[in-house]
Amino acid sequence: MADRSEAGRAIAGRLGVILESDVVHSFRRSAVTVAATILFFVILCAAACAPWIVPQDPFDLSQLNLLDSHAPPAWMQGGDSRFLLGTDDQGRDVLSSILYGSRISLAVGILSVALAAALGVVLGLIAGYAGGAIDSAIMRIADVQLTFPAILLALLIDGTVRAIVGDQRSGQQIFWVLVLSIGLSFWVQYARTVRSSTLVEKNKDYVLAARVIGISPAFILFRHILPNVMGPVLVIATINLAFAIVLEATLSFLGVGLPPTQPSLGTLIRIGNNFLFSGEWWITLFPSIVLVALVLAVNVVGDWLRDALNPKLR
Amino acid sequence: MLAFILHRLLQGLLVMLVVALIAFTLFRFVGDPINQMVGLETSLEERARLRQQLGLDDAVVVQFGRFVWNALHFDFGNSFQFKKPVLDLIAERFPATIELALVSALLSLALGIPMGVYAALHRRVWLSQAILALSLVGISLPTFLVGILLIFIFSVSLGLLPSFGRGEVVQVGYWTTGLVTRSGLKAIILPATTLGLFQMALIVRLVRSEMLEVLRADYIRFARARGLASRAVHFGHALKNTLLPVITVAGLQLGSIIAFAIITETVFQWPGMGLLFLKAVQSADIPVMSAYLLLVAFIFVSINLIVDLLYAAVDPRIRIDARSG
Repeated sequence: MADRSEAGRAIAGRLGVILESDVVHSFRRSAVTVAATILFFVILCAAACAPWIVPQDPFDLSQLNLLDSHAPPAWMQGGDSRFLLGTDDQGRDVLSSILYGSRISLAVGILSVALAAALGVVLGLIAGYAGGAIDSAIMRIADVQLTFPAILLALLIDGTVRAIVGDQRSGQQIFWVLVLSIGLSFWVQYARTVRSSTLVEKNKDYVLAARVIGISPAFILFRHILPNVMGPVLVIATINLAFAIVLEATLSFLGVGLPPTQPSLGTLIRIGNNFLFSGEWWITLFPSIVLVALVLAVNVVGDWLRDALNPKLR
Repeated sequence: MLAFILHRLLQGLLVMLVVALIAFTLFRFVGDPINQMVGLETSLEERARLRQQLGLDDAVVVQFGRFVWNALHFDFGNSFQFKKPVLDLIAERFPATIELALVSALLSLALGIPMGVYAALHRRVWLSQAILALSLVGISLPTFLVGILLIFIFSVSLGLLPSFGRGEVVQVGYWTTGLVTRSGLKAIILPATTLGLFQMALIVRLVRSEMLEVLRADYIRFARARGLASRAVHFGHALKNTLLPVITVAGLQLGSIIAFAIITETVFQWPGMGLLFLKAVQSADIPVMSAYLLLVAFIFVSINLIVDLLYAAVDPRIRIDARSG
């Protein structure tokens, strides 16, 4: 019991340190960053709550009515007050599709970044700490992979899975293939960064002390070294999130991502693109705006984070 | 220096071998070549005979050796989709992609470097802030959206530029070029801008941050203290050292431009390798995929090598590092 209250006090103390730190201070000073963060969380919450707040379930065929199709946004002539941002060719409410679409885009983005970070951090820690043959094996793989841009790798993995599984894949499967292909294309950056910081950390006194008293290498790696190399990882993860969202949207736009039955923002833009030339701009424009806003918000936060955590620029 | 070059060459060769292994695995195990060649009514004996004829019963090592040997002779087999040799398909489309990539790379360098330098030298001026904001938007805008937007403005609304294709091309030996005809030049403007925008934004940000870091260095302060004109300090001392990493990144970016061309080529129906590759991915056309993979890897490795050598020629510290390590 005493232990727990001790821990609680320690956490409260840490929270206090965080709240008074330079990072929080510089966050408050940057109005653009605060605005971007709010925008990001607004989109995140709207996407997370999509099933409860959408005016219409775009996946429930019984709610769709072809008579409602091609309606322009509500404020335009011929608009329908039920469909604030208009409807697409199937009579789907664009606003509802966007909310569901951002849900999928964000889910793919966050999961693939988590995968890339987990993989990269673990491999980086091991490579840096173990050194020798393990280190050079991991880093050679990283070098080879770095030769290819992420988009190419993701396309390649996607195409390979397509060749193995065939075209009859459920939306669920495609979702996980996307997470996998984007996650696998991004791990190298984490591995390289974590490895180089681990190389520095492992010769510091606290690690030597831990080794001397016989703590297992795994415990040293994850409880002692890991917290000290997480700063740059956070920056990379934020910037990667923006890239991952764009990459998913791009793959879906290219037609190798999520299908129209389970659309992400990229799929919505691809569908809408077919109607752009006939003047129905709203089907493309609104998902595009949400996508750009989302990516821009994440990039602004990532930029600020990089500068805030970079001791050189203080 | 010779040891350094050899070391790098060996590394490049190793990368190519690994990529070849991946391409071979794809080629051999993912898409069964026999299934793609025969119909449903082909008997098992027939299949076995074909299998033997193609040497698919040999040891895997032998098959890999044959694969590499064939690849060295540019023989990548036939496309499942087009029933034509992959080499012909790629050779047809190679010039289109290279022209697009080079034009957009030049565009992004020519605009990006001056903008980055300006933004670094005049940090507090509104124009710098505008450039910086623009570059942030530039890296946040997905390439395909830029393409759609440009098509919507310049092709659909204004009707100024074509929205698809390469325009009229001229055959020069093995190469087809669209850069000498009026319609070809008009056709390349939108795709090159689309492809170059992201790279330009990257270069602006890179040049700016490198330049800022260099300007903080002691030798710049010393040069100022010596009373040199700020023009001489900025462009004589600072810019030179800024451009070194920029060259590296720009060189490496050339490779990713070729990869990013997949998106641009799809949006503009540009008849290049990227479009071919995407169609191959969509229809699981393994021979085209593995050939494209090898080709892009080769381009990347060569660019890497050239950049490294240039870098070593410019910066003596790298040569010394290579010797000791």
